[in-house]
Amino acid sequence: MSEPRIVDARGSFCPGPLMELIAAMKEIEVGDELEVLSTDAGSASDVPEWLDKVGHEQVANWEEDGVYHIRARKAK
Amino acid sequence: MKKILIVGGGMGGTILANNLARRLRKEIDDGEVKLTMLSASDRHMYQPGLLYVAFGKMMPEELYRDQASLLEPGIDFHVDPVASFNLGESRVRTESDREYDYDYVAVATGSQAKPENVPGLMENCHHVYTEEAALKTWEALSNFEGGKVAVVTGVPHKCPMVPLEITFMMHDYFADRGILDKVDITYTYPIGRLHSLVNVGKWAQKEFDRMGINYETLFNAKEVDGKQVHSEEGSTVDYDLLIGIPPHKGMDVIEDNELGTSGWLPTDRATLNIEGHDNAFVLGDTTNLPISKAGSTAHYEAEVLGENIAAQVKYGRRVRDYDGKVFCFIEAGKDRATFASFNYTTPPDPQPPTETVHWFKLAYNRLYWNSVRGLL
Repeated sequence: MSEPRIVDARGSFCPGPLMELIAAMKEIEVGDELEVLSTDAGSASDVPEWLDKVGHEQVANWEEDGVYHIRARKAK
Repeated sequence: MKKILIVGGGMGGTILANNLARRLRKEIDDGEVKLTMLSASDRHMYQPGLLYVAFGKMMPEELYRDQASLLEPGIDFHVDPVASFNLGESRVRTESDREYDYDYVAVATGSQAKPENVPGLMENCHHVYTEEAALKTWEALSNFEGGKVAVVTGVPHKCPMVPLEITFMMHDYFADRGILDKVDITYTYPIGRLHSLVNVGKWAQKEFDRMGINYETLFNAKEVDGKQVHSEEGSTVDYDLLIGIPPHKGMDVIEDNELGTSGWLPTDRATLNIEGHDNAFVLGDTTNLPISKAGSTAHYEAEVLGENIAAQVKYGRRVRDYDGKVFCFIEAGKDRATFASFNYTTPPDPQPPTETVHWFKLAYNRLYWNSVRGLL
């Protein structure tokens, strides 16, 4: 498995971390992983909500020094 | 002689070129600096005006000026787009097979709407991202006699206020035509609220509730089939008239040269350097930064780069970082508007729309020609 592609959305109010992740998801292959970095606490819940609704896999979700990391695997 | 090359003659490239020409006037006149712009067109379009074309409020001809007429004296301007970049050796080759070397380069090639990237969207939607499409949208809106209108937004897209603006403007347009009671508008949005900006989303939701506009969030169009739009999330919206905000990509030359995925150049968010290249910069839609693809973004980035590149040439050091500043007007109907101003650290706090801000936006539609000359 290759390293996850990093989507650095820190400080992004518009388009915001989830929109950045949705755009990046189109650019990777099924089975590949993304890791979105966000300074918006809302990302810890709204990114997993979208992943779940579409059917992609959340691999990990943690906060470190005020930065939220959500790692996801493209499932389809 | 120091050579500065600007690739792209849109808003960002033109403001940067004029800014540099003023700051380096003496050096250009003395032959110590050569400032060159390579563009794909001899005409410059005020792209935000297309939204007004879609309602018959501006004519397409009002949106264009000759590019050369917008440039400060001393800028060496060529309609000869770049075909290949060699960032390692600081040179580019153009479509006419000319080679330009440089000491500094700024890439501002912009973005393009790609409705064809969602199956069925190009064939069925109306949008406002080309002159031809905006005119067709106006024709469709003026011929519409009632039914279901759906607004569908792709990711990423240029000008993040357009989905809301076109929805508000349609509402008032149909009301003025006396057919609002026959129209059922459904606004969809890719994430779980009505706009990326939390405060803008909250405000828009109240407005939509007041106006009777339906909305569905977490809706990313997967395909358009007949008179239905199906989403990645598994839902379906019916329509008689489909308004699309198509997904965008960067220009093909960026991907063709393997410089950035989907045509977006990897960019340092503070210095605006193309990552890994100290003498190469990027601005406007072409960056891969997680900020709005909007004219104001390009404008503020151009001002930072104008100061930094000029100071680097004259004094060997740069002036300041880009702070992520964006400013967007938000048309809230036919005669009211507000705005959102934000940067990397401070979210916007939009105020209730007023007629005054709407008129200022209409004034800006004309003042743009001073703005792009670097005068405003």
